[in-house]
Amino acid sequence: MGFDQYHEPADELTPETRTFARLCASLTEEAEAIDWYQQRLSVEPDRDARAIMRDAQGEEFKHFCMDLEFLLRRTPLWREIALGILFQEGDIVEAGEESEEEATEGAAARGAPVAGSTSLGIGSLRGSQ
Amino acid sequence: MSHLLREHAPITEASWQLIDQEARERLAPSLAARKLVDFAGPKGWQHSATGLGRTHALADAPVEGVSAAQRRVLPTVEVRAAFSVARSELSDADRGAADIELGALDEAARHIARAENCSVFHGWESAGITGIADASTHDAIALGEDCERYPRHVARAVEALLCAGVGGPYGLALGPDAYTAVLETAEHGGYLLLDHLRKIIGGPVVWAPGVRGAVLVSQRGGDFVLEVGEDLSIGYDGHDSEAVQLYLLESFTFRVLTDDAAVALSS
Repeated sequence: MGFDQYHEPADELTPETRTFARLCASLTEEAEAIDWYQQRLSVEPDRDARAIMRDAQGEEFKHFCMDLEFLLRRTPLWREIALGILFQEGDIVEAGEESEEEATEGAAARGAPVAGSTSLGIGSLRGSQ
Repeated sequence: MSHLLREHAPITEASWQLIDQEARERLAPSLAARKLVDFAGPKGWQHSATGLGRTHALADAPVEGVSAAQRRVLPTVEVRAAFSVARSELSDADRGAADIELGALDEAARHIARAENCSVFHGWESAGITGIADASTHDAIALGEDCERYPRHVARAVEALLCAGVGGPYGLALGPDAYTAVLETAEHGGYLLLDHLRKIIGGPVVWAPGVRGAVLVSQRGGDFVLEVGEDLSIGYDGHDSEAVQLYLLESFTFRVLTDDAAVALSS
């Protein structure tokens, strides 16, 4: 079993950073799985097989989104930049540039950490009961 | 170092993990407002106020020949709930004990969650916060004692919102007494009252400590905003040979953007 998600000695990393690294690795794996299913779907002629693959790909969409939501909740600056890009209309690159500029300037002005906030990371609880 | 001064506490990294995790687990079930209203932030500890985009005219000006207006803002409030943890318990946690006594933390979590819920649903006058129930332009509907009649009252509230052009889904914040009564009740045919209410509103029914009666709120988004500066955090106050004094903290404000997007159901 490899521990490739760590690029620094694991015992020098805080538990929060190790968890962060695991979820980043998981996010990457889910994105790869989505791509693999996309490629398989594009060449698979069997209708039943395609239905199974589409269902499986849906699972990967869900996993990717859960990983992403966790990381955004734990990283306020990332979350703020994402809010300006995700589910927005118009030019994506333009939204990205504007969102990054606004969020980083605002964070720098507040002295906020880029990652590893000292808060409990609770944020919004929409969708939980 | 952050203003929370956590680095000064005589607490190991493992014990901080334990305390933070206990706080998250105790807070999450009680933070009803965050389950039903929009969340903006966290904007950081230095975030002091929300611009309202409005002005009020000033009666005078420094010189003749000019008129003046001042921007209106909603200041952020800081809410803090103190608690302590016995140092002997922290030492036991570092030895691997799994049954650490954190009762004071649990109580502080309940207090601060109630404070947030009360502010959002019933307002906080001295902090300049108008709550959802107070801001509602709809007449309050009496919930009454008989919880088997709740579906009728909630349906009336839904109708009021529909008539105002506020579409669903809706969410229902239920005070603890009403929530318990709903959980205990099955209607004729054994259909759970909780499920019936969910079907009527098309959204969540949430246990809401601090809420008096119930409040039905739109879930379409853009109607209510909880704006958070410092999100819920644990800071360090001091220590002696027996205990470490800590506190739960958050800074926030709350705004109702659409005053006819909720209906209060009074107890």
